[in-house]
Amino acid sequence: MSMLKPLVTLALLSTLAGCASTQGPMDYSAFKKSNPKSILVLPPTNHTTEVIAPYGVLATVTVPLAEAGYYVFPVALVDETFKNNGLTVAEDIHAVSPKKLNDIFGADAVLYLDIEEYGTSYAVLSSDTVVVVKARLTDSRTNEILWQGKASAASSEQNNGNGGGIVGMLVEAAVTQIMETALDTGFEIAAIASNRLLSPEAHNGLLYGPRSPKYGKDKPLK
Amino acid sequence: MGANKLLPITGASKTLLIVAITIATLAGCQSTKPLYHYGSYQDNVYEHFKNEDSAVTEQIEALEKTIRDSNRNKLQVGPGIYAHLGYLYLQSGQRDTGLGYLQKEKQLYPESAKFIDFLLKNAKAGQS
Repeated sequence: MSMLKPLVTLALLSTLAGCASTQGPMDYSAFKKSNPKSILVLPPTNHTTEVIAPYGVLATVTVPLAEAGYYVFPVALVDETFKNNGLTVAEDIHAVSPKKLNDIFGADAVLYLDIEEYGTSYAVLSSDTVVVVKARLTDSRTNEILWQGKASAASSEQNNGNGGGIVGMLVEAAVTQIMETALDTGFEIAAIASNRLLSPEAHNGLLYGPRSPKYGKDKPLK
Repeated sequence: MGANKLLPITGASKTLLIVAITIATLAGCQSTKPLYHYGSYQDNVYEHFKNEDSAVTEQIEALEKTIRDSNRNKLQVGPGIYAHLGYLYLQSGQRDTGLGYLQKEKQLYPESAKFIDFLLKNAKAGQS
C-alpha cells in the first residue's frame, strides 16, 4: 500500500506532463462572460511561401472546434461568401469590422488564424514537415479577445521517444481515424496542429462549448 | 475518470492498476466518443479549396455517404456538412436539393440561422 501511492502519483504526474507545458494559467473571465455558442473561422493569413497552407489549416479546424462543443460555420461557404463580396485576401478579411461580420453570419465569436510555418524542409538524412499556427478568438459584439493560443506539429516528432511523442501519437491516431484518406503530409500535420491548437484538453486551451457534455465544468488545474 | 477505491492489492494487480490509471489519465487528453460524425468532410473541404469546381459529383457522393454512415453510427452529422453539401448541389445546378440541404443545416444547428437565411436569400435572387 505505502509503496503504491507514490508509484501511482508518479504515473499520473508523468502522464499529465505530456499534456501540459509549464506556462501559467490563462485568464478565462472574458471567455466565460461572453459564453459563445458559435464560432466563425476566418480564412487564415499566411506568413509562409506555401500557397496551400490556408487550405490545409482551414479544412482541419472544424473537427476540433465542433468536438469542443461549438457550432462551426461551414468554412468553404464562408470563404465563398467573402469572395462574392470582393474579399479574396485574408488580411483584408481580418480587417472587416465585427459588426459587419455579425450582420451576415450572426456568429457569437470569431477565430482569427495566422499560419507561421507550413511545409517540408529537406535535409540530407531526413525531411521534416512543420506546421505552426497562431489563433485569436474574439467576441463578435465587443471585439474583446476571449482566448489566444499557438500550436505546432512536425512529422519528425513521431520518431523520437520522449514525453510529448506519446500524446502526439495518440492525437495523430485520433486524427487519422477522422480522416478517411491521407492526402499529403502537410495536410496530415496541419490536422495535428489544428487539433493541438483548438482542443480544450490542451494546456491553456479553449473552454468547452455548450454542445459538449463537458461544458461549464471548470478548467482542471494542471 | 472512474473512482479508484484502493482495495487490497497483490503484486500483479498493482502493476495492472497503475497501467489502468495511466490509461484513464491519458483518456483525459482524448475524448472517448466523438460528438459528431464527419466522414470525408475534411478531405472534401480541402479538395474543394485546391480544385475549386472540379469533381463536384464525386464530392457530393462522398458527403452523401458520410451522411449515410453517420446514421449507421448513430452520430449526428457534424456542423457545416449539410450546408457544404447543399452548396455543392447548388454549384452542380441541382437547386432544390441544394436549398433543402441548406435548410437541413439550419434545422439541425439553429446557430447557423442568420447565415443560412442570407445564403437562401442570395440563392433565390439568382446567385449562389
